[in-house]
Amino acid sequence: MKLKELESCLQQVDAFEEPKILLEQYPTSPHIAACMLYTIHNTFDDIEGKLVADLGCGCGVLSIGAAMLDAGLCVGFDIDDDALDIFRRNAEEFEISNVDLVQCDLCSLEPDSYAKKFDTVIMNPPFGTKHNQGMDMQFLKAALTMAKTVVYSLHKTSTREHIQKKANNWGVKMEVIAELRYDLPASYKFHKKKSVDIQVDFLRFSKA
Amino acid sequence: MKLLTHNMLTSHVKGVTKGFPLLIKATEVKVNEVEFNSQFVSRMIPKLEWGALVQAAEELGHRQDLPGELVPNYETNEDFLKKVHRVLLEVEVVEGCLQCPESGREFPISRGIPNMLLNEDEV
Repeated sequence: MKLKELESCLQQVDAFEEPKILLEQYPTSPHIAACMLYTIHNTFDDIEGKLVADLGCGCGVLSIGAAMLDAGLCVGFDIDDDALDIFRRNAEEFEISNVDLVQCDLCSLEPDSYAKKFDTVIMNPPFGTKHNQGMDMQFLKAALTMAKTVVYSLHKTSTREHIQKKANNWGVKMEVIAELRYDLPASYKFHKKKSVDIQVDFLRFSKA
Repeated sequence: MKLLTHNMLTSHVKGVTKGFPLLIKATEVKVNEVEFNSQFVSRMIPKLEWGALVQAAEELGHRQDLPGELVPNYETNEDFLKKVHRVLLEVEVVEGCLQCPESGREFPISRGIPNMLLNEDEV
């Protein structure tokens, strides 16, 4: 599948109807999702025939893309009913059968029970701003426990050094695959501008 | 909820030491065709709790002739891999609940999605 094709498919994926501030429900744009998945698939071969987890999957744009690239199975995890409901409808509309969903709280989950069960973990976690400080790192920690080999994630560029230090402590190798401009449409009332660009790193963490 | 996912789910209710495998009480089950990938299935098998998978398939009435013990040389046994593929990926619980084997706490499954959220006093 070509990048353009993947992106245009992902444009059909429905996003949040009423995003929730507390959960930092910013959608992953079809363009960013397609670029991430395309690189994960083509450069690293970490999707096709793999057991993939998508943490904080929301409406499922990454999972559905991973399923289209022939993941063995992609399991989406999210805390929110409404998002999961949209995800389920998306999967039905796309007639995708290699995805599954679990409703759970990744912050109170004991990821040890999933230790190394997944080949690959992909995610666009909450950035851990506003009311959610540290949430991004909790997600990353859970992801690294659940993955046998590799985790792909998006993080604010301003936190790169901090994340690099943590990665060193945890004994995982971190690579910056790309620097992205994440265009946040004004989803919430506290956003005064129409949209804001924030600098985001697309990171790859590999376990020895 | 597919049985591959079920094979990874554990109950973490406070005080529970062995929250696996979760008992499945299904009121609606469907079989949804998934493309067969023999390599994927064969790679998943050693990671599974085999006994829990067989028990789950049995609870749903979809065990057919799946053996209680893993067969040797399954990697080259296409017929066997297809049976495992079916129970792992094609049989799905749509409605029902999962029950913690120790505390009896029930986790509802609604429209195919198990809800593993705990109340504050259970964490």
